Amino acid sequence: MITLDNIHKAFGPNKVLQGVDLTIPKGESMVIIGGSGTGKSVTLKCILGLIQPDEGTITVDGQNAAKGDREAFLTRFGMLFQGGALFDSLPVWQNVSFRLLRGALKRPKSEAREIAIEKLRRVGLKPEVADLFPSELSGGMQKRVGLARAIAADPEIIFFDEPTTGLDPIMAGVINDLIREIVTEMGATAMTITHDMSSVRAIADHVAMLHDGRVQWTGPIAGLDTADDAHVQQFIHGRATGPIAAIR
Amino acid sequence: MSLLAGFLAAIGRVVLGWLAATGRIALFTGETLLHMVRPPFYFREFGAAVLNVGYFSLPVVGLTAVFTGGALALQIYSGGARFNAEAVVPQIVAIGMVRELGPVLVGLMIAARVTSSIAAEIATMKVTEQIDALVTLSTHPMKYLTVPRVLAGLITVPVLVGIGDIIGIMGGYLVGVNRLGFNPASYLQNTVDFLELRDIISSLVKGAAFGVIATLMGCYFGMRSGRGAQGVGAATKSSVVAAAVLILAANFLLTQAFFFQ
Ligand SMILES: Nc1ncnc2c1ncn2[C@@H]1O[C@H](COP(=O)(O)OP(=O)(O)OP(=O)(O)O)[C@@H](O)[C@H]1O
Ligand SMILES: [Mg+2]
Repeated sequence: MITLDNIHKAFGPNKVLQGVDLTIPKGESMVIIGGSGTGKSVTLKCILGLIQPDEGTITVDGQNAAKGDREAFLTRFGMLFQGGALFDSLPVWQNVSFRLLRGALKRPKSEAREIAIEKLRRVGLKPEVADLFPSELSGGMQKRVGLARAIAADPEIIFFDEPTTGLDPIMAGVINDLIREIVTEMGATAMTITHDMSSVRAIADHVAMLHDGRVQWTGPIAGLDTADDAHVQQFIHGRATGPIAAIR
Repeated sequence: MSLLAGFLAAIGRVVLGWLAATGRIALFTGETLLHMVRPPFYFREFGAAVLNVGYFSLPVVGLTAVFTGGALALQIYSGGARFNAEAVVPQIVAIGMVRELGPVLVGLMIAARVTSSIAAEIATMKVTEQIDALVTLSTHPMKYLTVPRVLAGLITVPVLVGIGDIIGIMGGYLVGVNRLGFNPASYLQNTVDFLELRDIISSLVKGAAFGVIATLMGCYFGMRSGRGAQGVGAATKSSVVAAAVLILAANFLLTQAFFFQ
Protein backbone atom coordinates (compact mmCIF):
# COMPACT_ATOMS: atom_id res chain seq x y z
CA MET A 1 0.00 0.00 0.00
CA ILE A 2 1.27 3.43 -0.91
CA THR A 3 0.03 6.50 0.93
CA LEU A 4 0.67 10.13 0.17
CA ASP A 5 -0.08 12.49 3.00
CA ASN A 6 -0.34 16.21 2.39
CA ILE A 7 2.35 16.39 -0.32
CA HIS A 8 3.46 19.86 -1.35
CA LYS A 9 5.94 20.72 -4.09
CA ALA A 10 6.74 24.04 -5.69
CA PHE A 11 9.29 24.93 -8.36
CA GLY A 12 10.09 28.54 -7.53
CA PRO A 13 6.82 30.44 -7.73
CA ASN A 14 5.10 27.55 -9.52
CA LYS A 15 3.14 25.71 -6.82
CA VAL A 16 2.58 22.35 -8.44
CA LEU A 17 1.40 20.09 -5.63
CA GLN A 18 -0.53 21.75 -2.80
CA GLY A 19 -1.54 19.02 -0.43
CA VAL A 20 -1.99 15.73 -2.29
CA ASP A 21 -3.57 12.96 -0.19
CA LEU A 22 -3.88 9.59 -1.87
CA THR A 23 -3.89 5.90 -1.00
CA ILE A 24 -3.09 3.15 -3.47
CA PRO A 25 -4.12 -0.25 -2.08
CA LYS A 26 -1.73 -3.16 -2.54
CA GLY A 27 -2.30 -5.29 -5.63
CA GLU A 28 -4.65 -2.81 -7.27
CA SER A 29 -4.47 -0.54 -10.22
CA MET A 30 -4.77 3.19 -9.65
CA VAL A 31 -5.12 5.51 -12.60
CA ILE A 32 -4.30 9.20 -12.26
CA ILE A 33 -6.02 11.59 -14.60
CA GLY A 34 -5.86 15.33 -14.78
CA GLY A 35 -5.08 18.21 -17.10
CA SER A 36 -1.69 18.66 -18.69
CA GLY A 37 0.78 20.28 -16.29
CA THR A 38 -1.15 19.54 -13.10
CA GLY A 39 1.73 17.59 -11.55
CA LYS A 40 0.93 13.96 -12.32
CA SER A 41 4.47 13.11 -13.36
CA VAL A 42 5.84 15.11 -10.43
CA THR A 43 3.67 13.02 -8.07
CA LEU A 44 5.19 9.77 -9.34
CA LYS A 45 8.70 11.18 -9.08
CA CYS A 46 8.03 12.25 -5.50
CA ILE A 47 7.09 8.69 -4.55
CA LEU A 48 10.30 7.38 -6.15
CA GLY A 49 12.36 10.05 -4.39
CA LEU A 50 13.55 11.57 -7.69
CA ILE A 51 12.01 14.84 -6.52
CA GLN A 52 11.97 15.78 -2.84
CA PRO A 53 8.57 17.04 -1.73
CA ASP A 54 8.68 20.31 0.21
CA GLU A 55 6.24 19.00 2.76
CA GLY A 56 4.29 15.85 3.56
CA THR A 57 5.12 12.17 3.94
CA ILE A 58 4.99 9.20 1.61
CA THR A 59 4.88 5.68 2.98
CA VAL A 60 5.14 2.36 1.19
CA ASP A 61 3.79 -0.56 3.23
CA GLY A 62 4.00 1.61 6.32
CA GLN A 63 7.67 2.53 5.75
CA ASN A 64 8.67 6.11 5.15
CA ALA A 65 9.85 6.23 1.53
CA ALA A 66 12.39 8.99 2.19
CA LYS A 67 14.30 6.96 4.81
CA GLY A 68 16.37 3.79 4.64
CA ASP A 69 18.31 2.10 1.84
CA ARG A 70 17.26 3.78 -1.41
CA GLU A 71 18.71 1.17 -3.73
CA ALA A 72 16.97 -1.71 -1.98
CA PHE A 73 13.76 0.32 -1.84
CA LEU A 74 13.88 0.97 -5.57
CA THR A 75 14.43 -2.67 -6.52
CA ARG A 76 10.74 -3.14 -5.69
CA PHE A 77 9.74 -0.58 -8.32
CA GLY A 78 9.48 -0.41 -12.06
CA MET A 79 8.96 2.90 -13.82
CA LEU A 80 8.03 3.85 -17.36
CA PHE A 81 9.01 7.47 -17.94
CA GLN A 82 6.82 9.75 -19.99
CA GLY A 83 9.64 10.32 -22.49
CA GLY A 84 10.90 6.73 -22.43
CA ALA A 85 14.29 7.70 -20.93
CA LEU A 86 16.07 4.84 -22.67
CA PHE A 87 19.85 4.72 -22.40
CA ASP A 88 20.91 5.66 -25.90
CA SER A 89 24.40 4.21 -25.45
CA LEU A 90 23.04 0.69 -24.94
CA PRO A 91 21.23 -1.63 -27.37
CA VAL A 92 17.56 -2.30 -26.74
CA TRP A 93 18.00 -5.65 -25.02
CA GLN A 94 20.54 -4.24 -22.56
CA ASN A 95 18.14 -1.42 -21.83
CA VAL A 96 15.37 -3.87 -21.05
CA SER A 97 17.52 -6.15 -18.91
CA PHE A 98 19.58 -3.33 -17.36
CA ARG A 99 18.67 -4.41 -13.88
CA LEU A 100 19.36 -8.07 -14.62
CA LEU A 101 22.88 -7.36 -15.84
CA ARG A 102 24.16 -5.70 -12.66
CA GLY A 103 23.52 -5.25 -8.99
CA ALA A 104 21.41 -7.37 -6.66
CA LEU A 105 19.37 -9.05 -9.39
CA LYS A 106 22.33 -9.88 -11.63
CA ARG A 107 22.17 -13.08 -13.66
CA PRO A 108 24.06 -14.61 -16.61
CA LYS A 109 24.08 -12.57 -19.79
CA SER A 110 22.36 -15.18 -21.94
CA GLU A 111 19.55 -15.52 -19.43
CA ALA A 112 19.15 -11.75 -19.15
CA ARG A 113 18.93 -11.54 -22.92
CA GLU A 114 16.27 -14.23 -23.07
CA ILE A 115 14.20 -12.40 -20.48
CA ALA A 116 14.62 -9.17 -22.43
CA ILE A 117 13.38 -10.80 -25.62
CA GLU A 118 10.41 -12.31 -23.80
CA LYS A 119 9.48 -8.91 -22.30
CA LEU A 120 9.85 -7.28 -25.71
CA ARG A 121 7.43 -9.86 -27.11
CA ARG A 122 4.95 -8.99 -24.41
CA VAL A 123 4.93 -5.35 -25.47
CA GLY A 124 4.49 -6.39 -29.09
CA LEU A 125 8.07 -6.05 -30.32
CA LYS A 126 9.90 -8.62 -32.45
CA PRO A 127 13.15 -10.22 -31.29
CA GLU A 128 15.01 -8.41 -34.11
CA VAL A 129 14.47 -5.16 -32.24
CA ALA A 130 16.70 -6.42 -29.40
CA ASP A 131 19.96 -5.53 -31.12
CA LEU A 132 18.95 -2.10 -32.39
CA PHE A 133 19.79 1.10 -30.56
CA PRO A 134 17.00 3.28 -29.12
CA SER A 135 17.70 6.03 -31.68
CA GLU A 136 16.82 3.56 -34.45
CA LEU A 137 13.26 3.08 -33.14
CA SER A 138 10.06 5.03 -33.68
CA GLY A 139 8.57 6.97 -30.78
CA GLY A 140 5.93 4.35 -30.05
CA MET A 141 8.53 1.57 -30.20
CA GLN A 142 10.74 3.44 -27.73
CA LYS A 143 7.78 3.78 -25.41
CA ARG A 144 7.19 0.05 -25.53
CA VAL A 145 10.87 -0.68 -24.88
CA GLY A 146 10.58 1.59 -21.84
CA LEU A 147 7.57 -0.44 -20.76
CA ALA A 148 9.47 -3.69 -21.23
CA ARG A 149 12.30 -2.28 -19.10
CA ALA A 150 9.85 -1.28 -16.37
CA ILE A 151 8.48 -4.81 -16.08
CA ALA A 152 11.73 -6.70 -16.78
CA ALA A 153 12.56 -7.59 -13.17
CA ASP A 154 8.92 -8.37 -12.27
CA PRO A 155 8.63 -5.52 -9.75
CA GLU A 156 5.95 -5.42 -7.05
CA ILE A 157 5.04 -1.82 -7.76
CA ILE A 158 4.93 -0.40 -11.26
CA PHE A 159 4.45 3.19 -12.39
CA PHE A 160 3.43 3.92 -15.95
CA ASP A 161 3.61 7.53 -17.12
CA GLU A 162 1.34 7.69 -20.18
CA PRO A 163 1.99 4.16 -21.47
CA THR A 164 -0.27 4.41 -24.52
CA THR A 165 0.49 7.94 -25.71
CA GLY A 166 1.80 7.82 -29.25
CA LEU A 167 0.66 4.24 -29.91
CA ASP A 168 -1.82 3.09 -32.53
CA PRO A 169 -5.19 1.89 -31.16
CA ILE A 170 -4.33 -1.79 -31.55
CA MET A 171 -1.01 -1.45 -29.78
CA ALA A 172 -2.71 0.66 -27.09
CA GLY A 173 -5.10 -2.22 -26.57
CA VAL A 174 -2.20 -4.67 -26.26
CA ILE A 175 -0.55 -2.46 -23.64
CA ASN A 176 -3.80 -1.99 -21.69
CA ASP A 177 -4.25 -5.75 -21.55
CA LEU A 178 -0.65 -6.19 -20.47
CA ILE A 179 -0.99 -3.75 -17.58
CA ARG A 180 -4.21 -5.40 -16.49
CA GLU A 181 -2.51 -8.80 -16.68
CA ILE A 182 0.46 -7.67 -14.60
CA VAL A 183 -1.89 -6.51 -11.86
CA THR A 184 -4.25 -9.49 -11.84
CA GLU A 185 -1.77 -12.29 -12.52
CA MET A 186 1.37 -11.08 -10.80
CA GLY A 187 -0.43 -9.22 -8.04
CA ALA A 188 1.55 -6.04 -8.68
CA THR A 189 0.45 -2.62 -7.52
CA ALA A 190 0.18 -0.29 -10.50
CA MET A 191 -0.10 3.44 -10.80
CA THR A 192 -0.79 4.69 -14.29
CA ILE A 193 -1.03 8.20 -15.64
CA THR A 194 -3.09 8.48 -18.79
CA HIS A 195 -5.19 10.91 -20.79
CA ASP A 196 -6.82 8.16 -22.78
CA MET A 197 -10.29 7.44 -21.39
CA SER A 198 -10.51 4.00 -23.00
CA SER A 199 -7.23 3.15 -21.24
CA VAL A 200 -8.65 4.40 -17.95
CA ARG A 201 -11.62 2.06 -18.30
CA ALA A 202 -9.44 -0.87 -19.34
CA ILE A 203 -6.79 -0.53 -16.64
CA ALA A 204 -8.25 1.07 -13.54
CA ASP A 205 -9.56 -0.36 -10.30
CA HIS A 206 -9.51 3.13 -8.85
CA VAL A 207 -9.25 6.55 -10.40
CA ALA A 208 -7.91 9.76 -8.93
CA MET A 209 -8.21 13.12 -10.60
CA LEU A 210 -5.57 15.75 -9.92
CA HIS A 211 -6.54 19.38 -10.20
CA ASP A 212 -5.05 22.59 -8.79
CA GLY A 213 -2.40 20.71 -6.85
CA ARG A 214 -4.85 18.46 -5.01
CA VAL A 215 -6.81 15.27 -5.55
CA GLN A 216 -10.06 16.64 -6.88
CA TRP A 217 -11.89 13.32 -6.90
CA THR A 218 -11.04 9.72 -6.20
CA GLY A 219 -13.09 6.56 -6.25
CA PRO A 220 -13.58 3.16 -7.88
CA ILE A 221 -13.76 3.06 -11.66
CA ALA A 222 -17.44 2.05 -11.48
CA GLY A 223 -18.21 5.43 -9.93
CA LEU A 224 -16.39 7.52 -12.53
CA ASP A 225 -19.27 8.07 -14.93
CA THR A 226 -21.72 8.95 -12.20
CA ALA A 227 -19.25 11.04 -10.18
CA ASP A 228 -20.91 14.10 -8.80
CA ASP A 229 -18.05 16.42 -9.68
CA ALA A 230 -18.13 18.99 -12.42
CA HIS A 231 -14.34 18.74 -12.99
CA VAL A 232 -14.51 15.00 -13.54
CA GLN A 233 -17.48 15.28 -15.84
CA GLN A 234 -15.80 17.96 -17.91
CA PHE A 235 -12.62 15.91 -18.13
CA ILE A 236 -14.12 12.55 -19.09
CA HIS A 237 -16.36 14.12 -21.71
CA GLY A 238 -13.60 16.36 -23.01
CA ARG A 239 -15.63 19.56 -22.89
CA ALA A 240 -13.82 22.81 -23.62
CA THR A 241 -16.02 24.72 -21.18
CA GLY A 242 -16.47 24.02 -17.49
CA PRO A 243 -14.70 24.58 -14.19
CA ILE A 244 -11.29 23.59 -15.63
CA ALA A 245 -9.84 26.52 -17.56
CA ALA A 246 -8.73 25.78 -21.10
CA ILE A 247 -5.65 27.96 -20.73
CA ARG A 248 -3.27 26.86 -18.00
CA MET B 1 26.27 56.41 -3.67
CA SER B 2 23.58 53.91 -4.61
CA LEU B 3 25.51 53.28 -7.79
CA LEU B 4 28.57 52.37 -5.74
CA ALA B 5 26.49 50.18 -3.44
CA GLY B 6 25.01 48.42 -6.45
CA PHE B 7 28.46 47.90 -7.89
CA LEU B 8 29.80 46.47 -4.63
CA ALA B 9 26.73 44.27 -4.27
CA ALA B 10 27.31 42.90 -7.75
CA ILE B 11 30.92 42.06 -6.91
CA GLY B 12 29.77 40.50 -3.64
CA ARG B 13 27.25 38.33 -5.47
CA VAL B 14 29.89 37.09 -7.87
CA VAL B 15 32.28 36.28 -5.02
CA LEU B 16 29.57 34.49 -3.06
CA GLY B 17 28.62 32.58 -6.19
CA TRP B 18 32.24 31.49 -6.61
CA LEU B 19 32.51 30.43 -2.99
CA ALA B 20 29.29 28.44 -3.23
CA ALA B 21 30.49 26.77 -6.43
CA THR B 22 33.82 25.91 -4.81
CA GLY B 23 31.96 24.32 -1.92
CA ARG B 24 29.71 22.32 -4.23
CA ILE B 25 32.66 21.10 -6.29
CA ALA B 26 34.48 20.08 -3.10
CA LEU B 27 31.41 18.16 -1.95
CA PHE B 28 31.10 16.52 -5.36
CA THR B 29 34.76 15.51 -5.23
CA GLY B 30 34.31 14.04 -1.76
CA GLU B 31 31.25 12.14 -2.87
CA THR B 32 33.15 10.76 -5.86
CA LEU B 33 35.99 9.55 -3.62
CA LEU B 34 33.51 7.90 -1.29
CA HIS B 35 31.83 6.03 -4.13
CA MET B 36 35.22 4.98 -5.51
CA VAL B 37 35.93 2.78 -2.52
CA ARG B 38 32.45 1.31 -2.10
CA PRO B 39 31.04 -1.46 -4.27
CA PRO B 40 29.47 -2.08 -6.68
CA PHE B 41 32.11 -1.32 -9.30
CA TYR B 42 31.19 -1.03 -12.94
CA PHE B 43 34.13 -2.52 -14.82
CA ARG B 44 32.54 -2.33 -18.27
CA GLU B 45 31.93 1.39 -17.89
CA PHE B 46 35.49 1.82 -16.64
CA GLY B 47 36.83 0.01 -19.70
CA ALA B 48 34.79 2.20 -22.02
CA ALA B 49 36.01 5.31 -20.21
CA VAL B 50 39.64 4.22 -20.50
CA LEU B 51 39.20 3.88 -24.26
CA ASN B 52 37.42 7.19 -24.57
CA VAL B 53 39.61 9.27 -22.27
CA GLY B 54 42.92 7.61 -23.01
CA TYR B 55 43.18 5.61 -26.19
CA PHE B 56 41.12 7.84 -28.47
CA SER B 57 42.99 10.91 -27.23
CA LEU B 58 46.31 9.56 -28.47
CA PRO B 59 46.20 11.14 -31.95
CA VAL B 60 45.42 14.63 -30.70
CA VAL B 61 48.03 14.36 -27.94
CA GLY B 62 50.66 13.13 -30.39
CA LEU B 63 50.00 15.91 -32.88
CA THR B 64 49.96 18.61 -30.23
CA ALA B 65 53.22 17.38 -28.72
CA VAL B 66 55.16 16.92 -31.95
CA PHE B 67 54.39 20.42 -33.24
CA THR B 68 55.02 22.02 -29.87
CA GLY B 69 58.36 20.23 -29.44
CA GLY B 70 59.41 21.31 -32.93
CA ALA B 71 58.40 24.93 -32.40
CA LEU B 72 60.08 24.96 -29.01
CA ALA B 73 63.38 23.85 -30.56
CA LEU B 74 63.19 26.64 -33.14
CA GLN B 75 62.36 29.26 -30.51
CA ILE B 76 65.13 28.25 -28.15
CA TYR B 77 67.62 28.17 -30.97
CA SER B 78 66.74 31.63 -32.26
CA GLY B 79 66.34 33.08 -28.77
CA GLY B 80 69.50 31.39 -27.53
CA ALA B 81 71.44 32.82 -30.50
CA ARG B 82 71.11 36.27 -28.90
CA PHE B 83 73.59 35.26 -26.22
CA ASN B 84 75.40 32.46 -28.00
CA ALA B 85 73.50 29.72 -26.20
CA GLU B 86 72.17 27.80 -29.22
CA ALA B 87 73.67 24.61 -27.85
CA VAL B 88 71.15 24.31 -24.99
CA VAL B 89 68.29 23.35 -27.33
CA PRO B 90 68.14 19.65 -26.29
CA GLN B 91 68.20 20.45 -22.57
CA ILE B 92 65.61 23.22 -22.68
CA VAL B 93 63.29 21.28 -24.98
CA ALA B 94 63.47 18.36 -22.59
CA ILE B 95 62.85 20.39 -19.48
CA GLY B 96 60.18 22.55 -21.13
CA MET B 97 58.26 19.60 -22.51
CA VAL B 98 58.51 17.32 -19.49
CA ARG B 99 58.02 19.81 -16.70
CA GLU B 100 55.57 22.21 -18.25
CA LEU B 101 54.29 21.99 -21.79
CA GLY B 102 53.68 18.24 -21.91
CA PRO B 103 51.33 18.09 -18.92
CA VAL B 104 49.67 21.46 -19.54
CA LEU B 105 49.00 20.95 -23.22
CA VAL B 106 47.80 17.40 -22.74
CA GLY B 107 45.62 18.60 -19.86
CA LEU B 108 44.10 21.35 -21.98
CA MET B 109 43.56 19.02 -24.93
CA ILE B 110 41.82 16.57 -22.59
CA ALA B 111 39.68 19.43 -21.28
CA ALA B 112 38.71 20.28 -24.86
CA ARG B 113 38.14 16.73 -26.03
CA VAL B 114 37.06 14.73 -23.00
CA THR B 115 35.56 17.23 -20.54
CA SER B 116 33.25 18.62 -23.19
CA SER B 117 32.09 15.20 -24.34
CA ILE B 118 31.53 13.93 -20.81
CA ALA B 119 29.58 17.06 -19.86
CA ALA B 120 27.43 16.98 -23.00
CA GLU B 121 26.74 13.27 -22.63
CA ILE B 122 25.78 13.40 -18.96
CA ALA B 123 23.81 16.63 -19.39
CA THR B 124 21.82 15.05 -22.21
CA MET B 125 21.18 12.03 -20.01
CA LYS B 126 19.96 14.38 -17.30
CA VAL B 127 17.71 16.34 -19.63
CA THR B 128 16.14 13.20 -21.13
CA GLU B 129 15.54 11.70 -17.65
CA GLN B 130 18.11 8.94 -18.21
CA ILE B 131 19.74 9.84 -14.89
CA ASP B 132 16.37 9.48 -13.16
CA ALA B 133 15.91 6.16 -14.95
CA LEU B 134 19.30 4.98 -13.65
CA VAL B 135 18.24 5.81 -10.11
CA THR B 136 14.96 3.92 -10.44
CA LEU B 137 16.96 0.95 -11.72
CA SER B 138 18.84 0.96 -8.39
CA THR B 139 22.03 2.21 -10.02
CA HIS B 140 23.77 5.16 -8.42
CA PRO B 141 24.66 7.72 -11.11
CA MET B 142 27.84 8.66 -9.24
CA LYS B 143 29.01 5.07 -9.26
CA TYR B 144 27.88 4.28 -12.78
CA LEU B 145 28.83 7.52 -14.55
CA THR B 146 31.26 9.58 -12.47
CA VAL B 147 33.55 7.05 -10.81
CA PRO B 148 34.55 5.13 -13.98
CA ARG B 149 35.30 8.35 -15.85
CA VAL B 150 37.30 9.97 -13.06
CA LEU B 151 39.29 6.78 -12.47
CA ALA B 152 39.99 6.58 -16.20
CA GLY B 153 41.24 10.19 -16.10
CA LEU B 154 43.44 9.45 -13.09
CA ILE B 155 45.06 6.45 -14.75
CA THR B 156 45.23 7.26 -18.45
CA VAL B 157 46.13 10.95 -18.50
CA PRO B 158 49.55 10.42 -16.84
CA VAL B 159 50.24 7.83 -19.53
CA LEU B 160 49.16 10.30 -22.19
CA VAL B 161 51.42 12.93 -20.64
CA GLY B 162 54.33 10.49 -20.67
CA ILE B 163 53.69 9.74 -24.33
CA GLY B 164 53.27 13.46 -25.05
CA ASP B 165 56.59 14.22 -23.34
CA ILE B 166 58.40 11.64 -25.45
CA ILE B 167 56.76 12.72 -28.70
CA GLY B 168 57.44 16.38 -27.87
CA ILE B 169 61.10 15.64 -27.30
CA MET B 170 61.13 13.70 -30.57
CA GLY B 171 59.62 16.74 -32.30
CA GLY B 172 62.43 18.87 -30.92
CA TYR B 173 64.93 16.22 -31.94
CA LEU B 174 63.63 16.07 -35.52
CA VAL B 175 63.84 19.83 -35.90
CA GLY B 176 67.16 20.00 -34.06
CA VAL B 177 68.79 17.33 -36.17
CA ASN B 178 67.27 18.08 -39.58
CA ARG B 179 66.93 21.82 -39.46
CA LEU B 180 69.39 23.13 -36.89
CA GLY B 181 72.26 20.79 -37.56
CA PHE B 182 72.59 19.04 -34.19
CA ASN B 183 74.38 15.74 -33.98
CA PRO B 184 71.68 13.03 -33.47
CA ALA B 185 73.54 10.97 -30.88
CA SER B 186 74.68 13.90 -28.76
CA TYR B 187 71.19 15.49 -28.93
CA LEU B 188 69.70 12.39 -27.35
CA GLN B 189 72.59 12.00 -24.92
CA ASN B 190 72.17 15.60 -23.74
CA THR B 191 68.44 15.10 -23.26
CA VAL B 192 68.83 11.92 -21.23
CA ASP B 193 71.69 13.27 -19.11
CA PHE B 194 69.91 16.47 -18.31
CA LEU B 195 66.51 15.17 -17.17
CA GLU B 196 66.15 14.31 -13.50
CA LEU B 197 63.79 11.78 -11.99
CA ARG B 198 61.98 14.60 -10.26
CA ASP B 199 61.17 16.22 -13.63
CA ILE B 200 59.54 13.04 -14.84
CA ILE B 201 57.65 12.39 -11.62
CA SER B 202 56.31 15.95 -11.57
CA SER B 203 55.16 15.49 -15.15
CA LEU B 204 53.22 12.33 -14.37
CA VAL B 205 51.75 13.68 -11.12
CA LYS B 206 50.53 16.74 -12.99
CA GLY B 207 49.00 14.43 -15.58
CA ALA B 208 47.10 12.52 -12.91
CA ALA B 209 45.85 15.71 -11.29
CA PHE B 210 44.77 17.21 -14.63
CA GLY B 211 43.08 13.95 -15.61
CA VAL B 212 41.02 14.02 -12.43
CA ILE B 213 40.16 17.70 -12.86
CA ALA B 214 39.12 17.29 -16.50
CA THR B 215 36.87 14.28 -15.94
CA LEU B 216 35.46 15.53 -12.66
CA MET B 217 34.45 18.87 -14.18
CA GLY B 218 32.74 17.11 -17.06
CA CYS B 219 30.72 14.97 -14.66
CA TYR B 220 29.97 17.80 -12.24
CA PHE B 221 28.62 20.24 -14.80
CA GLY B 222 26.82 17.47 -16.68
CA MET B 223 25.00 16.32 -13.56
CA ARG B 224 23.99 19.88 -12.72
CA SER B 225 22.76 20.69 -16.20
CA GLY B 226 19.69 22.86 -16.58
CA ARG B 227 16.76 21.80 -18.71
CA GLY B 228 16.65 21.57 -22.47
CA ALA B 229 19.23 22.04 -25.22
CA GLN B 230 20.28 25.35 -23.69
CA GLY B 231 21.05 23.61 -20.42
CA VAL B 232 23.27 21.10 -22.20
CA GLY B 233 25.10 23.88 -24.06
CA ALA B 234 25.68 25.88 -20.89
CA ALA B 235 26.87 22.83 -18.96
CA THR B 236 29.35 21.94 -21.69
CA LYS B 237 30.76 25.45 -21.89
CA SER B 238 31.09 25.84 -18.11
CA SER B 239 32.76 22.46 -17.76
CA VAL B 240 35.47 23.24 -20.31
CA VAL B 241 36.14 26.71 -18.89
CA ALA B 242 36.30 25.40 -15.32
CA ALA B 243 38.52 22.48 -16.29
CA ALA B 244 40.96 24.69 -18.22
CA VAL B 245 41.22 27.30 -15.46
CA LEU B 246 41.58 24.71 -12.71
CA ILE B 247 44.23 22.83 -14.71
CA LEU B 248 46.29 25.98 -15.12
CA ALA B 249 45.88 26.89 -11.45
CA ALA B 250 46.78 23.37 -10.34
CA ASN B 251 49.78 23.49 -12.65
CA PHE B 252 51.07 26.58 -10.89
CA LEU B 253 50.56 25.05 -7.45
CA LEU B 254 52.17 21.74 -8.40
CA THR B 255 55.14 23.45 -10.04
CA GLN B 256 55.60 25.45 -6.86
CA ALA B 257 55.33 22.32 -4.74
CA PHE B 258 57.78 20.29 -6.82
CA PHE B 259 60.52 22.77 -7.56
CA PHE B 260 60.39 25.49 -4.92
CA GLN B 261 60.20 23.59 -1.66
N1 LIG C 1 12.28 19.60 -12.64
C1 LIG C 1 11.38 20.60 -12.76
N2 LIG C 1 11.77 21.88 -12.60
C2 LIG C 1 10.88 22.89 -12.70
N3 LIG C 1 9.57 22.73 -12.96
C3 LIG C 1 9.11 21.48 -13.13
C4 LIG C 1 10.00 20.34 -13.04
N4 LIG C 1 9.27 19.23 -13.26
C5 LIG C 1 8.00 19.65 -13.47
N5 LIG C 1 7.89 20.99 -13.40
C6 LIG C 1 6.67 21.78 -13.53
O1 LIG C 1 5.67 21.15 -12.77
C7 LIG C 1 4.42 21.21 -13.42
C8 LIG C 1 3.81 19.83 -13.50
O2 LIG C 1 4.61 19.02 -14.33
P1 LIG C 1 4.26 17.49 -14.63
O3 LIG C 1 5.31 16.99 -15.55
O4 LIG C 1 4.04 16.77 -13.37
O5 LIG C 1 2.88 17.62 -15.39
P2 LIG C 1 1.91 16.45 -15.83
O6 LIG C 1 0.69 16.53 -14.98
O7 LIG C 1 2.63 15.16 -15.86
O8 LIG C 1 1.53 16.94 -17.29
P3 LIG C 1 1.43 16.10 -18.66
O9 LIG C 1 0.10 15.45 -18.64
O10 LIG C 1 1.50 17.15 -19.70
O11 LIG C 1 2.56 15.14 -18.68
C9 LIG C 1 4.66 21.87 -14.75
O12 LIG C 1 4.22 23.22 -14.63
C10 LIG C 1 6.15 21.82 -14.94
O13 LIG C 1 6.57 22.98 -15.60
MG1 LIG D 1 3.52 14.06 -17.26
